[in-house]
Amino acid sequence: MEWDWAFVIQILPTLVEGVKITILATVLGYVLAAIVGLAIAIIRRSKNKLIARPMGFVAEFIRGTPLLVQLYFIFYVLPDLGITLSPLVAGVIGLGLHYGTYTAEVYRAGIDNVARGQWEAARACNLSSTQTWTQIILPQALPPMIPALANYFIAMFKETPLLSAITVLELMNQARSIANYNYRYIEPITLVGAFFLVISLISVVGLRWLERRYGRID
Amino acid sequence: MGQWAGYLQLILDGAVVTIKLTLMGSALALVMAFLAGLGRLSHIAPVRWLATAYIEFFRGTSIFVQLFWAYFVLPLFGFTLTPLQAGVLALGLNVGAYAAEVVRGAIKSIGKEQYEACTALNFNRWQGLRHVILPQAFVLMLPTFGNNAIELLKASAVVSLISLSDMTFQAQVVRAQTGSTLFPFLTILILYFAIACVISFAIRGLERRLTRGLDGMRT
Repeated sequence: MEWDWAFVIQILPTLVEGVKITILATVLGYVLAAIVGLAIAIIRRSKNKLIARPMGFVAEFIRGTPLLVQLYFIFYVLPDLGITLSPLVAGVIGLGLHYGTYTAEVYRAGIDNVARGQWEAARACNLSSTQTWTQIILPQALPPMIPALANYFIAMFKETPLLSAITVLELMNQARSIANYNYRYIEPITLVGAFFLVISLISVVGLRWLERRYGRID
Repeated sequence: MGQWAGYLQLILDGAVVTIKLTLMGSALALVMAFLAGLGRLSHIAPVRWLATAYIEFFRGTSIFVQLFWAYFVLPLFGFTLTPLQAGVLALGLNVGAYAAEVVRGAIKSIGKEQYEACTALNFNRWQGLRHVILPQAFVLMLPTFGNNAIELLKASAVVSLISLSDMTFQAQVVRAQTGSTLFPFLTILILYFAIACVISFAIRGLERRLTRGLDGMRT
C-alpha cells in the first residue's frame, strides 16, 4: 500500500480536533495528578498509622494495576453506583488518580531530601509549622522535583491514547475512526505515532534544560 | 453462585494469557535492554546511533500506538502478525527501550577502579564486562527491572484492544454477557495487583540471592 499525501491533507483537520482533546485531557489530568499526589504524600507522612498505612496500600494498589482497567472501572462501574461521568471527565479522573500515585513519590523523595538540620534550624528559630513549610522546606524541596514532575507530565501525555478505549474522541480515537471508515490504516496511525514522537523528542530537550537548571535529586 | 464460577473461569483463562504475555514480553525486553544498553556504550559510533534511535523512538511513542502500528500497519508491508505476536513484539520492544537506559546507567555507575582492575588483570573488553562489570551492575539493575516488569504487566492490558483474549478482554466479555460491571473489573484489578506483587516478591528474592555474601561491601 502506498503512502498518499492527498489523504494525509484530507484527514489532517480531523486529527487536529483530536489533538485539542488530547492536550486538554493531559493538562487537566496533570493538574489533578499534582493535587492528588500532594494529598497522598501528606497523608502518608501522617503520624497516625491508621490513616497512613491504608493510604499507602491504596497508592500501591493503584500503581500496581493497569490504567486501562482503572478507566473501565471509572467508566463502567461508577454509573451502576449512581455516578455517571462523561467520558472525558472519567478519563481525566483516571489519569489524575493513576499519575497522582507517581507524583506522590516525587513529593515524598523531594521532602525527604531536605536535610534534617533544616527542620531543626526552623525549630530553633521558633518558626511555626506553616512558616517552616512555606519558608524553609518547600523552597528547598520544590526545585529538585521539577524535572521529575515534568517527566511524568510527558509520560502521561503519551498515555492519553488509552482514553480512546472509553470513547473519548482524542487523537488516537479520531485516527482509528478515520482508519475504519476509509479502511486505510497506514497514514492515520503513522501520523499519530509521528506526532507523539515529535512532541516527546522536543520535550526531552526541554527536560534536559530543566535538569540542568534545577538539578537532579541525588 | 454457579454461574459466577463459570465467569471466574473465563477471567482466569484470560489471566493465563496475561501471564504468558508478560513472561514472553519480559524475555524480549531483557534481550533488547542488553543489546541497546551495551550498544549505547559501544566504541563504534553507528552502533551507538542505532541504539539511541531505538531507545528514543520506543520511549517517545506510547505502547498503545506502537501496538496498533504493529498490528494494523505492518501487515501492509507484508508482515502479518497474530495478535499475540504483535503484543509480545510491541511490549518487549517498548519496555526494552526503558530497561536499556537502566542497563546503561548501572554499567556507568560501576567505579573506575573496577575497569582499572580489569586492565591490570589483562582482561580484554568483553572479558572485563563478562566477569567483573556485569555481575556487579546486574545487582543494581534488578530492582528497576522489577518495576519495568510490572510496567509491562500493566501495559499488557492494551492488547485487549487488538482482540487478544487477555484478562481485560475477558472482563469485557463477562460485562457484555452479564451486565455486571463490579464483579469482572474488581476481580481483574485484584488479579493484576496479585501478579504485580508476585513479580516484586520474586525480584526481591533474586536480589537477596545475588547479593549473598556482599553484605557491607556496597555503600
